[in-house]
Amino acid sequence: MKLTKIMLGFGFAFLYFPLVILVIYSFNESRLVTVWSEFSVKWYFELFKDEQLINGFLLSLRIASLTACASVVFGTMASYILVKFGRFPGQTIFSGLTVAPLVMPDVITGLSLLLLFVGLNELIGWPSARGATTIWIAHVTFCIAFVTVVVSSRLREMDGSLEEAAMDLGAGPVKVFFYITLPIIMPAIMSGWLLAFTLSLDDLVIASFVSGPGASTLPMVIYSSVRLGVSPKINALATIFVVCILISSTASWWLANRFSPASGGTGKTT
Amino acid sequence: MSFLRRRIWVILPPYLWLLIFFALPFAFILKISLAETAVAMPPYGDIWSWTSGKFEWLGSLDNFRFLLDDEIYVLSYLNSLKLAAISTLIALLIGYPMALAIARMPESIRSFMLLLVILPSWTSFLIRIYAWIGLLKNNGLINHLLMSIGVIDEPIVMLHTNFAIYVGIVYGYLPFMILPIYANLVKLDLRLIEAAQDLGARPARVFFSITLPLSLSGIFAGCFLVFIPSVGEFIIPDLLGGPDTLMIGKTLWQEFFTNRDWPVASAIAVVMLAILMVPIYIYRRIELKRLGIEG
Repeated sequence: MKLTKIMLGFGFAFLYFPLVILVIYSFNESRLVTVWSEFSVKWYFELFKDEQLINGFLLSLRIASLTACASVVFGTMASYILVKFGRFPGQTIFSGLTVAPLVMPDVITGLSLLLLFVGLNELIGWPSARGATTIWIAHVTFCIAFVTVVVSSRLREMDGSLEEAAMDLGAGPVKVFFYITLPIIMPAIMSGWLLAFTLSLDDLVIASFVSGPGASTLPMVIYSSVRLGVSPKINALATIFVVCILISSTASWWLANRFSPASGGTGKTT
Repeated sequence: MSFLRRRIWVILPPYLWLLIFFALPFAFILKISLAETAVAMPPYGDIWSWTSGKFEWLGSLDNFRFLLDDEIYVLSYLNSLKLAAISTLIALLIGYPMALAIARMPESIRSFMLLLVILPSWTSFLIRIYAWIGLLKNNGLINHLLMSIGVIDEPIVMLHTNFAIYVGIVYGYLPFMILPIYANLVKLDLRLIEAAQDLGARPARVFFSITLPLSLSGIFAGCFLVFIPSVGEFIIPDLLGGPDTLMIGKTLWQEFFTNRDWPVASAIAVVMLAILMVPIYIYRRIELKRLGIEG
């Protein structure tokens, strides 16, 4: 068992080393990313002056939050169908459709959706232009799968007798869902939301295919600048990413542990 | 029957969405892969015509023949499969012990360890791959360190090689290997291991006859989660690979964005999908079983 602990340490070092280096060199005065000259925060100022980057960020933020909301609704419905409904005609195809996007290579999803949009435009005149809306549709489509995985495992673990009790007391299926099921699976829905949000914020390949002129998401802007070579500005951006994620995830982990009785938290709300 | 009729309103919205935006696009990709390239917008011809009541078939398999004729495409497919398979194996060898170590920890710190595993993948994938450029370059940090302590005199060429691709895929996809294996190992009944130990089995024996066989479904899920997407990976070969690193995702991208040859790009996608069909089908079965859904 000693060996596995060593591997764990090695694995964590491997996972975090590049990020640590990225953060350190974001404070480097020199343009050369590998040679340390002196401490400076000038790249952060450069970052906030970059209008393209900021516009890309705002666009990505908008798409990501709308994607997360829609995929949480569809994903929860899909989980409910898969876990609670049992067999229905077309169920095999449905379960395949919900799981396959998890592993589908991005280039295939992106290209096929673009061809769909172009073809539909010729047939029915919609979508007339590609941009934020088409990116949103593409993102919702692959995020549904991830939300479904998170929510359906929670749905399966939950105690079914609560729903039965509510039904015995005369509540209809809709009422049971909104008063019993939904509150119980809420934590899973929230992590599904966050997962969809980050996946959408992160996607370069699919967005590049289905986007149109003028709609450049943050990853698209980063990609075009990274292609030109290593830039300390990107390091600064990465550092902001890392810090935001560190704070938010540690906070949510701390909250989850504090309020869940299973992990020894007191559950006190004071 | 009214039961089903009511349920249909829950089933239809996600079903229709996935049919229209996930299944239907494959029909379009198949259609365009049979079309001819045209100088128009969109840049492809029709595969059938319907003039004055007469139906005429215009599609052909020329694009697929083209893929077979030019060896760059065949090599791209084979190379992608090779690079993805080896990276998956490396990720398994690193990820399995990590998952095992976490699963055997006291419950109170397990969730924190899992958080540490997931955390890097919440930062941008693009930026994490980009980070390796600075590390692997000829005048990058690793070469710099190795030369300053005198291990090597000349920089080792690491960026733009297959080695960089392995590093990139393993780095980018490691959490996807660890999580399903961990989920499996943590549920493993420890009494089985105690029983084997009581009966005199040595650690290696316990591992190979109990722990490993019982975690197979997690291993398979993890391997498919790493292997299938990395076959079609674009960002990693584009940023870390060299100009002659052939991977099919990058070839498709160039065919589409650089050559603007939509029909050939579609044909590449159709063949890639055909190759990945079996792994995706197996993965679907494993994943649904893991989620406890009959499929």
